[in-house]
Amino acid sequence: MKPPRIGALLFGLIPFLGVCFTVPLWDRVFPLVLGLPFNLFWLIAWIPLTSLCLWGAYRLQSRAKE
Amino acid sequence: MSPSLVSLAIIFSIVLIGAITGIYAGLRREMNLEQWTVAGRGFGLIFTWLLAAGEIYTTFSFLGASGWAYSRGGPTLYIIAYGMLAYAVGFFILPDIWEVGRRFVLHTESDFFQQRYQNKYLAALVAIVGVVFIVPYLQLQLTGLGIIVEVASFHAISRPVAMVIAFVIVAGFVFSSGIRAVAWVSVIKDVLMLLAAFSIGIFIPYHYFGGIRPMFAALTQAKAAHLTMPGGTSNMGHAWYISTVLLTALGFYMWPHGFGSVFTAKSGNTLRRNAMIMPLYVTTLPLLFFVGFTAILVIPGLKNGDLALLTLVRQTFPPWFLGLVGGAGALTAMVPAAVMILTAATLFAKNFFRPLFRPSMPDAAVTRLAKLMVIVITGVALYFAIYSSTTLVGLLLLAYAGVTQFFPGVVLGLYWKRVTTAGVFAGLIAGVAIASLLMFTHHDPFMGLNAGFLALCINLATTVMVSLTTSIQPSGLEQEPAEGVVAVSAS
Repeated sequence: MKPPRIGALLFGLIPFLGVCFTVPLWDRVFPLVLGLPFNLFWLIAWIPLTSLCLWGAYRLQSRAKE
Repeated sequence: MSPSLVSLAIIFSIVLIGAITGIYAGLRREMNLEQWTVAGRGFGLIFTWLLAAGEIYTTFSFLGASGWAYSRGGPTLYIIAYGMLAYAVGFFILPDIWEVGRRFVLHTESDFFQQRYQNKYLAALVAIVGVVFIVPYLQLQLTGLGIIVEVASFHAISRPVAMVIAFVIVAGFVFSSGIRAVAWVSVIKDVLMLLAAFSIGIFIPYHYFGGIRPMFAALTQAKAAHLTMPGGTSNMGHAWYISTVLLTALGFYMWPHGFGSVFTAKSGNTLRRNAMIMPLYVTTLPLLFFVGFTAILVIPGLKNGDLALLTLVRQTFPPWFLGLVGGAGALTAMVPAAVMILTAATLFAKNFFRPLFRPSMPDAAVTRLAKLMVIVITGVALYFAIYSSTTLVGLLLLAYAGVTQFFPGVVLGLYWKRVTTAGVFAGLIAGVAIASLLMFTHHDPFMGLNAGFLALCINLATTVMVSLTTSIQPSGLEQEPAEGVVAVSAS
């Protein structure tokens, strides 16, 4: 199998930076955002962002096929 | 009618409707091995999505996530993170796994190892490790069902009895109709689960505090430290979080049943598009967290956090609504349990027993043996469910520590020509041994890290080192495709 394209992989890596490796930076209660503890707000915000990143990866991957 | 009778009657009606739908879906098709396990490989975007959702959103998220939010607090956040990241991993590897499956007509994860490494002992090892680590996940579902009936009956029906009833229903369900049944019942389950999660996640904080914002205002004032890591634990800090998120995100599609469901898709592209929209399904999780967090202030002092959600629902709503929520919960346990049992039984018969002991066994006999194993495997899980007291999340982490050990063999097998059978053998054995040793001697987390993740690192290092010191071998993926399969690329 051909490994995925580097550009697409980089897009896929963004959510890992956002919600995994950077945890010491955002794991805090204050400030509350929209009434939510900051860490919970941060993760919820990343739900649509993750979809968006994968959409970016999808665009790159399908362009490679053409 | 007494409240417990009302709620139980509703739960059983929902379960019955689910079971009948499933059985009906399978009734008019002849059940050969291909139909029973991968439904003839004909599921498109919607059905694949439903099936995936059916397997992923289990009692674990329903009762376990809210339970951990209640008892552990901050560390529970790992569940939201890994849910999203798992799809990012799947986005890249699933289309390629699907393509291999189509080209060589594969049904199971063990088939994949057989094809890539051309070694029946490695394939059999993968099958049996898969079966062993599906058992705690299955135990989780049965425990969840037990909790639902126990709470809904106001403790009139004891949990062991409830679990035995659950066992009979689930086994019967799998027995009669195979994977197609599961996809159909998933439809009912998803609708109910979404309704339940949204209504209780929003209404419960509103009922007790006037909204989600004031609930968190009260909670941050009373117990702010509970909401960050390590929360209610002493050893689940940021290193634990990162290692656990990585372990579970990488391991998510290593589940034999998750891996097998890939083969039910119509095309690789279906899976890729599916992976893009799946993260949105994670939205229900924070709602279930809200319930767990509200429970901290409203019903403090529960010994078992897994009871928090249902106990609070019982206290807040009329019995018929408890019945609806319980019914939704019961289906979220039954549907995934059915898929797990089906997969484990097929793995045992087709990938462990036949190649090692009876190579000449015909397909019909394999199907018969698989059906027998449905009873055996569910029985074992029932035994553990009755005699163990691990939390739901604890069970899931144990299972993940085992199944994620397949990751190096799958991913290196797909993309690295140099990986050898000996390497994967050594890595898998090292990984499973270390994970089991640490988990069963209660050394998880180990030095602040998730024990399964530590085992995965050692597994990966072993696989690479042994592969490099053994001689190059041809990849089974380069062989001619199976007869009757047209060789086109996946896209």
